[in-house]
Amino acid sequence: MTATMRPPVSACPACSAAPAAERLAEMDAPTEAHIVLSLPTIHCAACMATVERALGAAPGVRSARVNLTMKRVSIEADPDLTAEDLIPVVEGAGYEAHELDTTAMSATATDRAGRELLMRLAVAGFASMNVMLLSIAVWSGAEGQTRDLFHWISAIIVVPAVAFSAQPFFKNAYTALKARALNMDVPISLAILLALVTSLWETTLSGEHAYFDAAIALTFFLLTGRYLDHRTRSVARSAAEELAALEVPRAFRVTPEGEEQVSVADLRVGDLIHVRPGGRMPVDGVIAEGTSELDRSLLTGETLPVYAAPGQDVSAGEVNLTGPLTIRATAVGRDTSLHRMADLVAVAESGRSRYTSLADRAAKLYAPGVHILSALSFVGWFLYSGDLRVALNIAAAVLIITCPCALGLAVPAVTTAASGRLFKKGLLIKDSTALERLAQVDTVVFDKTGTLTAGTPELTNLGDFTRRDLQIALALALGSAHPLSRALTSAAQDAGITPEQLEDIREIPGHGTEALWRGQTVRLGRSAWVGGGQTDQTAAWLRIGDGPAQAFTFTDRLRDGAEATVKALQEAGLDVILMSGDTTATVESLAHRLGIQHWLAEALPQDKAARIQALSNDGAHVLMVGDGLNDTAALTAAHASISPASALDAARVASDIVLLGSTLAPIPDAVQTARKATRRIKENFTIATWYNIIAVPLAVAGLCSPLIAALAMSASSITVSLNALRLR
Amino acid sequence: MNILTYLIPISLVLGGAGLLFFVFTIRSNQYDDPEGDARRILSGEYDDKPKQ
Repeated sequence: MTATMRPPVSACPACSAAPAAERLAEMDAPTEAHIVLSLPTIHCAACMATVERALGAAPGVRSARVNLTMKRVSIEADPDLTAEDLIPVVEGAGYEAHELDTTAMSATATDRAGRELLMRLAVAGFASMNVMLLSIAVWSGAEGQTRDLFHWISAIIVVPAVAFSAQPFFKNAYTALKARALNMDVPISLAILLALVTSLWETTLSGEHAYFDAAIALTFFLLTGRYLDHRTRSVARSAAEELAALEVPRAFRVTPEGEEQVSVADLRVGDLIHVRPGGRMPVDGVIAEGTSELDRSLLTGETLPVYAAPGQDVSAGEVNLTGPLTIRATAVGRDTSLHRMADLVAVAESGRSRYTSLADRAAKLYAPGVHILSALSFVGWFLYSGDLRVALNIAAAVLIITCPCALGLAVPAVTTAASGRLFKKGLLIKDSTALERLAQVDTVVFDKTGTLTAGTPELTNLGDFTRRDLQIALALALGSAHPLSRALTSAAQDAGITPEQLEDIREIPGHGTEALWRGQTVRLGRSAWVGGGQTDQTAAWLRIGDGPAQAFTFTDRLRDGAEATVKALQEAGLDVILMSGDTTATVESLAHRLGIQHWLAEALPQDKAARIQALSNDGAHVLMVGDGLNDTAALTAAHASISPASALDAARVASDIVLLGSTLAPIPDAVQTARKATRRIKENFTIATWYNIIAVPLAVAGLCSPLIAALAMSASSITVSLNALRLR
Repeated sequence: MNILTYLIPISLVLGGAGLLFFVFTIRSNQYDDPEGDARRILSGEYDDKPKQ
């Protein structure tokens, strides 16, 4: 039977199993383009049909298939077609579409490990149902030859089924034993094997008790736990990969023939690269041409844009704001400062690796205890009765009864329920012990820029200006895509201001916008260019003719739910701290606005990490919430960490939990759920322990029949699962 | 007791058939998009056979 269950080895195993390989093969021979688009807004049958029909009608598209579960569409098209050609088609049909980088997603294409587990689970389920039927006949009084027949049939079903299904446990146990260690899989494997051996022995001797049903039911319950565990993690992993895949690493290389679009991986030192306004620097380099402003907040936490002119160094990850720039690459790929910082983080010891999960701690206590107990009852009974068969039977019964069925389900059942609940609220749990660590948190450290604030400016002093000034300022602001101009535009338009008629509006990248108004020059832009004074706030200056320059001041807009989150965390008794690389004045005003007592400004990345280390040394369990590259070291050092979806890839990788939405509101909820989940896990351990306390003496005394073993095992597994479901 | 010689093989064969069907559904990617498939049956577009 096992032979038919194994997937047949096809001529090209990789082809049948991994579409990713197929895709790679297609890249070598471009007969077909494979494009994957993310469709975050589709939700119904009509949406799927509309998108598929629209794409199917587009020229060059061979087939399009929507996956509603993952909210994606995969398209097979002619090789010259690119995602840019197809996104307008989908958007024309009324749905948002983003390109996904297929190379970054390859791992999620087929979940081979999950499939294998499911197959083993199916076989174990099938076998345990059949064997249970036969066992019930034996328990209800089958005798003599009938009982032997039923035992033999059970053996024929169970032996191959266990040989196939229980392989993951055997393999893990073998690896652990080879490393001279004990894990949960050692007692599991021993119990399954010993149950099989004694039952076979009993059956050959026409004995009364056989534990075939226990061996296979054990495998089934434990596989269920493994599968739940795997599912939770693979859902999180694929969602995390999708976030990474949304940033398609592409750059525009300037060549003598013109501009070409290349993958960032193909860039070399010395290449000239064109970076459009709004684009992110793909590599480290020197500005060769153009002036603009740079947003470095993801790297340093500074909110004020920096002026950029030829000759200036830029680092990968900075965002170009106003004018087009051409940069000459000085470091690419792994040599960029972005990567070097990310690598440093990988070296640092993380809060994650220091933590031992509850399950591991239970296993450490449990595994030796079980072995000793089983061995003692074997020796005791052998000395008492002198009968090897009886002694072995009882030792097997003890192992079966104590086998951590409920323990194996206790943690995965709870984490699956909790992760599912949090995922619905927009939180992605990436690490399997994240919930347990989150539950212990007593101090929360927030980064400022991009975390508590949305990274978009908001005008603060609209009322200080006359209507005429605002009309001129609005007209000038409309001529630029700079974030400050956009903030000014939306604030003025909300106030019902209409733009003044201006002539000759032009944007001077890196400086501001200039125009003619009734023969006078009007300017809106940087202080130095307009002739304004000094201010420690983010400001854009307006000057009309020869009049005095006036400052529009801006503050960083708070992220949705920031105030409520800080308040809820403080009310829950957590210490909230603000740490930022930004100037003291801005950090202080924000801390004041949110009611945060402790704050740290102008912090370098090392300062943040060191501060968190110091807090940990004082016995605090720190939750770090941050998004920038300057936070990654702190995210790694903290006991638990959260980053928003807008964070840099490096920061998301370093954190345990990713916030999928734009609001911070789920954070207090996450802490609550994590605490509840940990409580459930501990309750589950207690339940499992009580079952053992009641059943083990029976087993040791030799009173445990296979029926009692089956009842105890099923009852404890089901209680534990139901207890976990209370979380939903 | 002779009835057992029929019943036991029958129950095993039926269970085995169910298992084989399950294996077939796994191998033909039928669990890749459960939500989408649940909605697709409501649409008249795929009545003859699933769109490839």
